Amino acid sequence: MMNKKNKLFISCDEASHNCDKSQYNEASFLEKIKLSIHLLYCQACRKYSKNNSKLSTVIEGSNVDCLEIKDKQKMKDCFEKELKQQQQ
Amino acid sequence: MPKHQIDPNKWIDLYSDYLFNYTITRVRDRDTAQDLVQDTFFAGLKSMKNFKGEASERTWLISILKRKIIDHYRKINSKKGKAEVRINYNSDSEDEGDWLEERVADPFDKTAEDNLENTELGLAIHNCIGKLPEKQAEVFKMKTILGYETEAICNELNITASNLWVIIHRARTTVAACLEKNWF
Repeated sequence: MMNKKNKLFISCDEASHNCDKSQYNEASFLEKIKLSIHLLYCQACRKYSKNNSKLSTVIEGSNVDCLEIKDKQKMKDCFEKELKQQQQ
Repeated sequence: MPKHQIDPNKWIDLYSDYLFNYTITRVRDRDTAQDLVQDTFFAGLKSMKNFKGEASERTWLISILKRKIIDHYRKINSKKGKAEVRINYNSDSEDEGDWLEERVADPFDKTAEDNLENTELGLAIHNCIGKLPEKQAEVFKMKTILGYETEAICNELNITASNLWVIIHRARTTVAACLEKNWF
């Protein structure tokens, strides 16, 4: 019904989706605009957006690291072999 | 009855990233860190009967890992033909187990305190990720820490993009709340 009119005004779900995307630089220009407009009038999403950016900053600055998926799998395979031997 | 049980079947899933993160901040080389973590799991398996259940599995594994890291530094020092560098733990303070070297200020980088804080922050983040359901944790790590492309994750795990974003959204909300509670 209001489709055309509402193109720039998005729901909270869509706003948080755009917000998540923009944390990984994957939001398009239009999505960012829509998010900004939504944030102008929605306090709940403003709060979410603030926390979300904070999380990104913290993680970026933390030097947190983890194993590559394939390395972890390799480690797991190796370990399970050893585990089997142990249990025999 | 000991407080903590030991079950090596879940070790890799539960602790490998935590131990790896602990190691990488101390040896700064991925391959070496990976080897040390692997060695730690093997050593843990071998000495399982020594586990008394007084500490959690993770604490126990970390204590093995600490020794592995010391051994590693001893080994590379003797390889270079240098005199042995005595690496002491500061056993008199409450931060037992922190390296002496980490307490020395590095004028070129951030302050030593920043680094220490970062090391602990990394572990705190892993703590919070550890509270997520397995699938969420995996997707979140791939996307946020390893920086994989959305498409690559979807292919790897066989999920749709919208599926991925729902998972990411839940994971981010949980991790943010957890860090808020335990860190800030």
